[in-house]
Amino acid sequence: MDNSVGIVVAQRAQFETPLICSSGAVLTRFELVFETYGTLNADKSNAVLICHALSGHHHVAGYYADQPKNIGWWDNMIGPGKPLDTNKFFVLGVNNLGGCHGSTGPSSINPDTGKAFGASFPVVTVEDWVNSQARLADMLGIRQWAAVVGGSLGGMQAMQWSLSYPERVRHVLAIATAPRLTAENIAFNDVARSAILTDPDFYGGNFYEQNVVPRRGLRLARMLGHITYLSDDAMADKFGRSLRSGKLSYNYDIEFEIESYLRYQGDKFAAYFDANTYLLMTKALDYFDPARDYDDNLDRAFAAAKADFLVISFSTDWRFSPERSRTIVSALLHNRRNVSYAEIASAHGHDSFLMQHAHYHKVMRAYLDNIAREFSV
Amino acid sequence: MNTHDHSSLAAARPDFAAIASWIPEGASVLDLGCGDGSLLRYLKEARKIRGYGVEISDEGIEACIRNGVNVIQSDLDTGLSGFENNSFDYVILSQTLQATRHTEPLMQEMLRVGREGIVSFPNFGFWKNRLNVLRGHMPVSEDLPYQWYDTPNVHLCTLHDFESFCSKYKMQILARRVMTDRYTITMVPNLLGAMAVYRFKRAPGI
Repeated sequence: MDNSVGIVVAQRAQFETPLICSSGAVLTRFELVFETYGTLNADKSNAVLICHALSGHHHVAGYYADQPKNIGWWDNMIGPGKPLDTNKFFVLGVNNLGGCHGSTGPSSINPDTGKAFGASFPVVTVEDWVNSQARLADMLGIRQWAAVVGGSLGGMQAMQWSLSYPERVRHVLAIATAPRLTAENIAFNDVARSAILTDPDFYGGNFYEQNVVPRRGLRLARMLGHITYLSDDAMADKFGRSLRSGKLSYNYDIEFEIESYLRYQGDKFAAYFDANTYLLMTKALDYFDPARDYDDNLDRAFAAAKADFLVISFSTDWRFSPERSRTIVSALLHNRRNVSYAEIASAHGHDSFLMQHAHYHKVMRAYLDNIAREFSV
Repeated sequence: MNTHDHSSLAAARPDFAAIASWIPEGASVLDLGCGDGSLLRYLKEARKIRGYGVEISDEGIEACIRNGVNVIQSDLDTGLSGFENNSFDYVILSQTLQATRHTEPLMQEMLRVGREGIVSFPNFGFWKNRLNVLRGHMPVSEDLPYQWYDTPNVHLCTLHDFESFCSKYKMQILARRVMTDRYTITMVPNLLGAMAVYRFKRAPGI
């Protein structure tokens, strides 16, 4: 791998002080898994937090010694000489609370009962995640992030950092995100959740004890999600109306390439992702709405923010459209925050934020290079 | 423009110095069509302004960010709807007026968003341009570097044209600086000036 951070090792942090969730539920203790790349400088001013989206995790860059093909999900962005340059920055990726990649979540064993949390795991919110991430920052002695970076649901966390802990984040990079989901967007999430909730193998969230997995539900949820992360053009380009066998077979088997692709993606996802985590992540998306406490006035919601912002959207992203990003930019302008906004022309819909795109990466690099000038490496 | 300090920038772009001379320290500035952000960077260094640029091109966005200035990617011809009334002390349109499609609404928007507006543009009435036309050709010069078929300039005007425009649309001109190369032109400016910078506001009583 060119400019890879190389072999990485996941770490585990345990927190024994109870975390009070937005819902009122209390997690008496919890664990977070995380990875770090680069070196934390002496005054701990070069730390960057990467917040992941719905299906993401702490493995953001590099690969594992025993799994050289398991490359971090944002490896094209992060590494020595890459836009987020690990020669300059200390980068931290964390699996969110409620996740299914090692941090405490619905599939973890509840130490109080000796059984998986399952349905008893609290519905956590973006605010709760940010609070748990702040615990991790405390543990590492990071008083202030040079930047908090995230796409989609990750962008919501990045923004929330500037509202929950204004003094603890100097820059927010909010990519392909929104200040709140639209009704249409919540509707997609609800269909995905319904697929899981109505799967006979779901058992009200306690399927672990039954030794089954609501695969069909997860698979449908992922297939639907996938459609919305791509653009019409990208799908037409990649699959068109191509038939696998070249002719119509007049049955309901997989015929079109797009069907094959979606089912493959669905199966792959259902094999490793936790159904309860999927429910919880989509709820966190639906609930995120900083303006809610301010009579739906986003300007007032952002009044607390002290960070500088880079907001990025992608032209064909209809799930988190440029319009939604412009709303964020307006609120920041009205609060006289330093903000730059780039609207990237890309064919790949919402997924664009994960892709290698020359202009997008140049914008990220330019902004991050300026941040790096603020501290001494 | 990364390597320019502000004195060399002022030499390269005399309109920058003229604009800076009108802007008090610490003012808030919106620069429309800000290109690579040189003017904003210059004003930040020379006048400690709080500024934002609006730019449409990808190259401009990258350059602005490299230059450390705030920039919003947007098409000026779709208006300034993201900006509140009177949210800036100055709204600048530097060497961009002639390339805007909806010029009059944009000028109105400038005075909605800003207390005062500043525009600079190449003077089509400059004698060299007139001579070109007399000789039967569209002018091509340092200030008008394009061929007729590839120019973004759709609304070229002379100083007289601009001033009648302001009068027609109830905009009051507060100051004017006319320049050719580095020199300020005071005599017969519509003939001898290659470029003009105006500062204006909404005429009283409107």
